[in-house]
Formats: sequence, structure tokens, C-alpha cells
Amino acid sequence: MTVQRVDDTIEIIINGARRRVPRDATLRDVLSVLDLDPRLVVVEHNRRIVRRPALPDVRVAPDDTLELVHFVGGG
Amino acid sequence: MTTAVATARDVPLVVGGRTFASRLMVGTGKYRDNETMVRAIEASGAEVVTVAVRRVDLDRTKAEGILHHLDPRKQFLLANTAGCYTAEEAIRYARLAREAGFNDFIKLEVIGDQETLLPDVQGLLEATRVLVAEGFKVMAYTNEDLVTALRLEALGAVAVMPLASPIGSGLGLLSPFHVRTIKRRLSVPVIVDAGVGTASDACVTMEQGVDGILMNTALAAARDPVAMAHAMRLAVEAGRGAFLAGRMPRREVAVPSSPAEGMLD
Repeated sequence: MTVQRVDDTIEIIINGARRRVPRDATLRDVLSVLDLDPRLVVVEHNRRIVRRPALPDVRVAPDDTLELVHFVGGG
Repeated sequence: MTTAVATARDVPLVVGGRTFASRLMVGTGKYRDNETMVRAIEASGAEVVTVAVRRVDLDRTKAEGILHHLDPRKQFLLANTAGCYTAEEAIRYARLAREAGFNDFIKLEVIGDQETLLPDVQGLLEATRVLVAEGFKVMAYTNEDLVTALRLEALGAVAVMPLASPIGSGLGLLSPFHVRTIKRRLSVPVIVDAGVGTASDACVTMEQGVDGILMNTALAAARDPVAMAHAMRLAVEAGRGAFLAGRMPRREVAVPSSPAEGMLD
């Protein structure tokens, strides 16, 4: 028999890997869950850049794709 | 009364309307540790430091972002599109870099060949056109081809960056003639990017009259990166100084430095 339970998380793709995040999470929430400083990360949501001030306004949906990038050493 | 010419005075380097304190620009990749990198940048005197755009490592097994180690108030962060093989990819990385919020400059690389990391000229020109239209200040990494350099300038690149030799090769300036020609024909700054291996390479490169040099591996892969950074700083200044001073003509025969008269019988 299957157990019916309320799942309050959804699966999205972050930096190429599937991860569960809270349902109805905003992009700002996702960064918080991942313990990332929004001032040091740039967010691309379904191939569109979301500017920092808009991060609390955009919610993720199942199977959304996020790219979280930052500056690393390079030449 | 003296007949000596006034000592050649340099003008500051201006790229895309911004004045930069040093003609030496340095990368931040491949250092053995961040402390060495920070000290090498300091020793180099560089104001412009390049950075790359990459995914955040969500598992934190690798190093943190570079901004934990650089002070954007002290260093001018020049993001690159290294690793991009198409115009579309480079444009995407440039947009992400700008969103980081530091400046509108981008060191545009569109690579065409994995072994040599030589640029894809067609992709480079296309990406330059798109990014300039979006308000980017494009500093374009290119080969030593004059026609490509002229087209990049015509498309609105704020600097053209011919290579000295392939990225990370340390082979030095392979085509002084071509780099000199590019410098002579362009109005925008010409900054040699990639291939410098040691101080003499930097000096010879600056003696061609180019406006600056960007290097990374020459410092990061030196046995002592901090000491090499200091040497490079001096070499860039020496090469620039020699260019401004104007070297003596080359001759195929000897000309004595001491008087021919007054010799004993």
C-alpha cells in the first residue's frame, strides 16, 4: 500500500543537478536554503537572468532550471 | 644651455573612457593558493585583474568565489568569457558577468580550437557586435591579424587584445611585426594578452609600443609568483620607457663608441 503524504518540496535543476527545494520558494529562498550570499551570486532562471532586486519576487516551479554563477580565478 | 630633450613622459592608459593606473593587467587563475595570488597582484601593481564566470560549487568541496579574496574597491574586476566556444555562449557569460554588478567591461574570448586556444574570429566579431549594442565595453582577445583587429575596432571594441603566443604557452612575443602593425593602425588601445613567459618577454612586448599587457600563467606558474610579479612590473615599465625613449637604429656594422682620434703612434 502507498503512503499518502503531503510533499512540501519540489524538484528543480540547479547547476545541472536535481535538487529538492521548498514548494513556492522564491529565488531568494533558494539561495538561503543553499546558504549563498545573494550579493556574490548571479542567478539565471530558465535561461533568463534575474536581477538581484527581483529575486524575492520570482518563484520556482517543478523542473525549473537554475544556474547559479559567481566569479572564480581566471585569466 | 642644455640641448637635451625633455625626458619622455607617459600618459595614463585610458580604456573605454576609464583611466587605469597600471599598464600591467593580471589574471587570477591557477595560483597554488589565494594568499599567493593576492600577494602577487599586490607586487605586480596591477589595477585590472581578470576573473572567470563559473557555476557556484554547491557542495563546497572546491575553493570559494574569488570575491572572498579580492577587494573590488582596490582592483578593477575584468570578467572574461574564457572557455566559450561560440558567440552565443560568450554573450551569455558576458551578460551573467555584468549582472554581478561591477562594471560593463568584458574581456571577450571566443575560442576556436581546443589545442591552441586560438580565437574563433567569426564568433568573436559576432559576439562583439551584439555586446557592443548592449552597451558592453568589449576588450577583444584576438590573434595577431590586422584585418580582424580593424574589424573589432570598427564594431566598437574599446580595446583589441592580440596574443603574444598561445594562452598559457609562455612562448613570448612571436610576431612583433604584426603586433606593431596592429598598434600602428588602430586608435583604440592595443593590449597584448596571453603568451608572455618571463620579464624579457614583457619588456620586448612593451617596446613594440602597445598600450599594455595582460598575463596570468607567467605569474601563477613561476616558482615564486610574487617575485615574478615584481619583475614583470619592472619589465613593463622598462619596456614602456624604452619605447617612449626611442631606441637607437640597428646597424649591421660596428661603430666605435670611443674616439678614433688621439690614439698613440
